[in-house]
Amino acid sequence: MIGNDRLAVRKTYKLYVNGAFPRSESGRTYEVTDAKGHFLANAARASRKDARDAVVAARGAFAKWSGATAYNRGQVLYRVAEVMEGRHAQFCEEVAAGEGLSASKARAAVDAAIDRWVWYAGWTDKLGAVLGGANPVAGPYFDFSTPEPTGVVAVLAPQQSSLLGLVSVLAPVLATGNTAVVVTSKDRPLPAVTLAEVLATSDVPGGVVNLLTGDAEELGTWLAEHADVDGIDLTGAPLNRAMEFEREAAGTIKRVVRPPATEPDWTADPGLTRMTPFLETKTVWHPIGL
Amino acid sequence: MTAPTVPSQPSPFEYAPAPESRSIVDIAPSYGLFIDGEFVDGTGESFKTVNPATEEVLTEVASGSDADVDRAVRAARRAFEKTWGPMRPADRGKYLFRIARLLQERAREFAVLESLDNGKPIRESRDVDVPLAAAHFFYYAGWADKLDHVGLGTRPRPLGVAGQVIPWNFPLLMLAWKVAPALAAGNTVVLKPAETTPLTALLFAEVCRQADLPAGVVNIVTGAGETGRAVVEHDDVDKVAFTGSTDVGRSIARAVAGTRKKLTLELGGKAANIVFDDAPIDQAVEGIVQGIFFNQGHVCCAGSRLLVQESIHDEVIASLQRRIGTLRVGDPLDKNTDIGAINSAEQLARIRELSDIGEAEGAQRWQPACELPDRGFWYPPTIFTDVSPAHRIARDEIFGPVLSVLTFRTPDEAVAKANNTTYGLSAGIWSEKGSRILKIADQLRAGVVWANTFNKFDPTSPFGGYKQSGYGREGGRHGLAAYLEGAEQ
Repeated sequence: MIGNDRLAVRKTYKLYVNGAFPRSESGRTYEVTDAKGHFLANAARASRKDARDAVVAARGAFAKWSGATAYNRGQVLYRVAEVMEGRHAQFCEEVAAGEGLSASKARAAVDAAIDRWVWYAGWTDKLGAVLGGANPVAGPYFDFSTPEPTGVVAVLAPQQSSLLGLVSVLAPVLATGNTAVVVTSKDRPLPAVTLAEVLATSDVPGGVVNLLTGDAEELGTWLAEHADVDGIDLTGAPLNRAMEFEREAAGTIKRVVRPPATEPDWTADPGLTRMTPFLETKTVWHPIGL
Repeated sequence: MTAPTVPSQPSPFEYAPAPESRSIVDIAPSYGLFIDGEFVDGTGESFKTVNPATEEVLTEVASGSDADVDRAVRAARRAFEKTWGPMRPADRGKYLFRIARLLQERAREFAVLESLDNGKPIRESRDVDVPLAAAHFFYYAGWADKLDHVGLGTRPRPLGVAGQVIPWNFPLLMLAWKVAPALAAGNTVVLKPAETTPLTALLFAEVCRQADLPAGVVNIVTGAGETGRAVVEHDDVDKVAFTGSTDVGRSIARAVAGTRKKLTLELGGKAANIVFDDAPIDQAVEGIVQGIFFNQGHVCCAGSRLLVQESIHDEVIASLQRRIGTLRVGDPLDKNTDIGAINSAEQLARIRELSDIGEAEGAQRWQPACELPDRGFWYPPTIFTDVSPAHRIARDEIFGPVLSVLTFRTPDEAVAKANNTTYGLSAGIWSEKGSRILKIADQLRAGVVWANTFNKFDPTSPFGGYKQSGYGREGGRHGLAAYLEGAEQ
């Protein structure tokens, strides 16, 4: 039992890049408060260099993650749900504090976030059948199409829903075999850092997910124009900058998910809508003959 | 031309001319824009379209101004709201079936007109472009009343008015790739054909009239880049589909940024055609020729980078040179012609420029002894050997009958070199080993992989690129989904 007079050991909230937890190379931090304005932590404020390091890590991890079997990816994502479950109380506390939710609402958000991992874990080995298949071409050829991951995807996570929203945009990127560079909610980054700790202990290979706490408005520009980023989800982009980010993304023909006018209801069934934007279709032809 | 033309073997066969008659086509002295079911005068300055094989002016074509484009978009919107949108899906399908049949009925006319306006050999327009265009309409016609099964949930919605801008390399076929799925999904369209090849699109307008397609469902606005820009940037366009260069694709992606418009892009390519040492050499050589010289190399998915395993390099090149020596370059309307005219003076200049750069950077140019007509735009089939991955001719899309040859030693090296490009449209693999083909196909970052074949197309088969070759797919269920919005979205 911990006595009431024990001084708590507080956590240092850092970035998650390439499987490690560095501080921002810039040395910058910013104050994170709860919904009522009380101090919670100093989060690392990621810089352009951190974003670029994260892209390098994500690129490095892509071959292995995209090359893993769908079954394996599904099990890894399911493992994330398992490990999250063990930290349920901690997530509830952080979500309640950051989002100003009642205990029961915070619990519902955490439950839904864990269940969303399970849902996407089950998708990994079904996408090929649902989105691909044999094409009955008019000629002596075997012709089949398969969905493949786009590559490195930058995700500007929702600003309001700090855990359920984050999982809702991250899990589909991973389920489809992409690797991710995520900019978390700026004002509510703490559940994301805890999620990073879960990812680090869930058999998700280092570099597959990179989480940057900081300002999407600042980091979005670097990621949108980065030539080694293949796609960008602008869900958490400030609306006044989203068009500019989309224009920058056009420079290398990135796949873009535009931000909604208002943050969606993350409890709704997302269907395939968050997976298909970051999937390519590959079609292979081979002659049939003796 | 500076090319040192190495004399190849004496031609084993002499061919008598076998020209297809052009009397089947009836080209009017001038054409207007097809808007709201009528040909109308454009308010822009008209322009001439020429036969690239002779430089003969074929006709004058109206150029759509902003106001013309606006008129076309408004017609398309009206048709979307009043006729095409509310129509029974099965009836939309029947109109598309009619169009497919009309294209088949008038196939010869379309083929001759396409070869006249584009310069491609009649053998290709007759056997590939036109039949495939009809097949696309036939395929998507059948989808019109089955949209619940596309995979977007029940009752997916059409997007509205589609603005479509297409290139000059497969004028009618690209029209079919764009128009057929758009209409099947319940959208209406404003289509801008390429400046140098407007004629088959205008003949297609006549087909729409023969099919009694309701006015405004298909609008065709001819013109140059500015007309295309007006289509893409029009506020009342809901969907933009573009096929063309990556540069223009970039500017279109910028233009639609921040709007509600959905976008699909089918852009450039620099496909690797990989030949392993266990490949059947004769078949591979046919495939290499088909890969790069089909349609004068004016193909975004052309196999323009030959990656040949080092141990068979000399044998493949010798065989390739022998085969290229038998290709007949000349009159597109001659049924024996393998390689027709380059589409425009501008494109010819680009091909020459990049080829000259190839030589200046140290690659070896080889061209067969080959007589080219005095008039028109021509470029002989060309191979560059000793090409390094850093050379411009190994990186830039030439869009002409120019093949860059590189070598590799191991499968890993082949994959690394094949993927070492900002493009990712297509690739080829030649090998007798099935497990190797599947492994390499899996590792290539390209949207279409042809194994032991090349440049095959089918309406049921999704086509489109990775990376800077664009996004979205045309063909198959995927091509239809690009014109629909799921109820869940």
